[in-house]
Amino acid sequence: MLSHLARRLTASLLILLGVTLITFCLTFLIPADPVRMIAGRSATPETVASIRHQLGLDRPLPVQYASYVGKLVQGDMGRSYVQKTEVATLIRSRLPATLLLMAGAIFFELLIGMPAGVFAATRRGRPADRGIMILSFAGVSTPQFVLGLLLLYVFAYLLGWFPLSGYGTPAHLVLPALTLGVAGGGWYSRMMRSSMVEVLRHDYIRTARAKGLSERGVVLVHGLRNAVLPLIAMIGLDIGIFMSGAVVVESVFGWPGIGQLAWQAIQRLDIPIIMGVTLVAAVAIVIGNLLADLVTPLIDPRIRLR
Amino acid sequence: MNRLYMTAAAALVAAATALPAAAEEAKRGGTMVVAYKDDISTFDPAIGYDWQNWSMIKSLFDGLMDYKPGTTDLIPDLAESYAISADGLTYTFKLRPGVKFHNGRAMTAADVKYSIERAVNPATQSPGQGFFASIKGFDEMAGGGAVELAGVTTPDDSTVVIELSRPDATFLHVAAINFGFAVPKEEVEKYGPDFGRNPVGTGAYKMTEWTLGQRVVFERNADYYRPDAPYLDKIVFEVGQDPTVALLRLQRGEVDVLGDPIPSAQFVEVVNDPANKDLIVEGGLLHTGYVTMNVTQPPFDSKLVRQAVNMAINKDRILRIVNNRGVAANQPLPPAMPAYDTDYKGYAFDPAKAKALLAEAGHADGFATELYVMNTDPNPRIAQAIQQDLAEIGVKAEVKSLAQSVVIAAGGDGTAPMIWSGGMAWIADFPDPSNFYGPILGCGGAVPGGWNWAKYCNEALDAKAAAADAMVDPAKAAERLDLWRSIYIELMDDAPWAPVFNEVRFAMHSARIGGDKILFADPIHIPVHYDYVYAKDAQ
Repeated sequence: MLSHLARRLTASLLILLGVTLITFCLTFLIPADPVRMIAGRSATPETVASIRHQLGLDRPLPVQYASYVGKLVQGDMGRSYVQKTEVATLIRSRLPATLLLMAGAIFFELLIGMPAGVFAATRRGRPADRGIMILSFAGVSTPQFVLGLLLLYVFAYLLGWFPLSGYGTPAHLVLPALTLGVAGGGWYSRMMRSSMVEVLRHDYIRTARAKGLSERGVVLVHGLRNAVLPLIAMIGLDIGIFMSGAVVVESVFGWPGIGQLAWQAIQRLDIPIIMGVTLVAAVAIVIGNLLADLVTPLIDPRIRLR
Repeated sequence: MNRLYMTAAAALVAAATALPAAAEEAKRGGTMVVAYKDDISTFDPAIGYDWQNWSMIKSLFDGLMDYKPGTTDLIPDLAESYAISADGLTYTFKLRPGVKFHNGRAMTAADVKYSIERAVNPATQSPGQGFFASIKGFDEMAGGGAVELAGVTTPDDSTVVIELSRPDATFLHVAAINFGFAVPKEEVEKYGPDFGRNPVGTGAYKMTEWTLGQRVVFERNADYYRPDAPYLDKIVFEVGQDPTVALLRLQRGEVDVLGDPIPSAQFVEVVNDPANKDLIVEGGLLHTGYVTMNVTQPPFDSKLVRQAVNMAINKDRILRIVNNRGVAANQPLPPAMPAYDTDYKGYAFDPAKAKALLAEAGHADGFATELYVMNTDPNPRIAQAIQQDLAEIGVKAEVKSLAQSVVIAAGGDGTAPMIWSGGMAWIADFPDPSNFYGPILGCGGAVPGGWNWAKYCNEALDAKAAAADAMVDPAKAAERLDLWRSIYIELMDDAPWAPVFNEVRFAMHSARIGGDKILFADPIHIPVHYDYVYAKDAQ
């Protein structure tokens, strides 16, 4: 188990290094010049050259990359071109909100997706099944901006049950997490349904029924435990996806997460922040997958980590 | 400045001068909440250069000169008085006594010198460095050779003498610009690059809180040297607020002022709602939106082709796309700018004549080209309208909708044949006609990386511009404006640009915020003049 972990960690580090390399190269392929953006429109060519030199952007690319990685291992992600604040500070300030939103979103995804999927699977082919699948399709297809604004308008503005955007209390978390949860819930319900349908076909289910277990017992105890595995993998992926920022939802609800930071940085060509956020997202995806892989054998002992 | 909204000093504003009165109504106290979409980039006056932080910096810091609230008239600020030598090369500023920084220390002439030098120092990376180019010793310091600006001297603690290397009629505007605002050296050195997050100035407000991505709080500076300002005790800037949601919150009373423009989708409904009649103030802007044509790239090297483009664009239709938040433009200067030519007719909308001109230029069958545009709404829609207008005269323009920085780079490199300037459009840094010339129409800007995207270089006009800016004698002010007027009209004959419209802004505030209308239509302070508005419900 430990050797497996060690191997996974080494592989993860190599993946992350690869991510930094690719992102770094991509930012230099952009046909725009961050130095000109910083220098502004009244700058003389001498000023532009001076700024370029101060930022170290006149050095050869491999040197810049090596310097970046060198600082990275010391925890220094550089400073924002626009704000001059340390990137690490900016990202750290956004982490709590992002983590909270991620947790809330996954909670709602499961809350909506799991029961819906199980329900649909046990009534396969019947109207309830069709209905749930259509709803899940709608959930997945609705643009987050539309759904978010709709929920905001109805539940916050008209009914006043929740605050009109912002951050701070659990009440602030409900609507944004729900918006993300509806779309994800749609996916989860489908995945749950097909996984459950597959599981319910097996012999051990028939055995359980033959033994006299109630239908609920059969489904929830024996069926669910086996059917939930693909969802675990998806949750692992979701952790990564949400950590890279839910830009649209954060915009609508004024949620101070990483997505807003990334979006602003992209608009302003603030490369240090873009690289920092990409790296954080990559780390999150790697960790998410690792967690999913570690949790799986706990649920299904037949799966051994090799 | 990229999306700066500065009000035009329309003649009516210049006439209604008195400092925002209603002094009998205005009470001290209260809090105002302003909503913005983006987090603030920085409060460092030497660096901050976007439409969001420009006015906030004016409330945290002060400079030698300022503008009378709601107008574009220069008044002394940190300077109590000033004198200009006969040859226009020496400015002597007498500082007012009793000015303190937010950290308690008294401000002296040395601070003013330090602050201006800081803006010129290449290590600061200030985007405003170039504004101080007329000060003696600028080239040495900007080039990295000198550690101080020889032209700025402080004979005593309350006097600053600035010597110029050439007469500069815009210098008083430079003395009022953010980049030179007074900063305390010890705080700058203490915070280093983080000074922008920990601003310490002499302004009416001091920053007491900045929760990244969420909120910035300003509190009244009790030691502020003006007795009558500011009125509010506290201003809370809530950032990360989507403009549509901010509007809902304003209607609910949770937000007092919208920092971003009213969203297009709700604009018509909001403006026509009778309940909002007193809450929305319209103000002109020192802005022009235009199409640039690269005069070095055929077929735009032909004057006839450029004039044809001018005649082909249906400006009224484009104004409808922006909910009529603007007026049609026929020259580079906006109506509010001194030296605007009210009699000039420009190129009338005449597609038939445009086609004839194209034929005369040898392009009877039209030609294909590219129109670059910034990809945020409404600019792509405007570009499409222009594309259709051009198609009418046989010009097939492919619209390239890209990120702002990419379009700016294409313009600077000269690879873009046509650019619609929306979202990047020129807004005056200060209310003087010369500001619309140098970087965007002068030879100096027509270099790689420059902002003269038309790459237009007319040496004769450059000489006239330099002559106009050398006219420092106040008695010659009218003559100077006449000269500038003629420069721009002459330029329109060459037509490197097709001016399309001048933006008008609509500031929306809640009912509990009071103040003279001009404070909400202020050319320099957007969205409102933070120092002079007040809360009607203050105790």
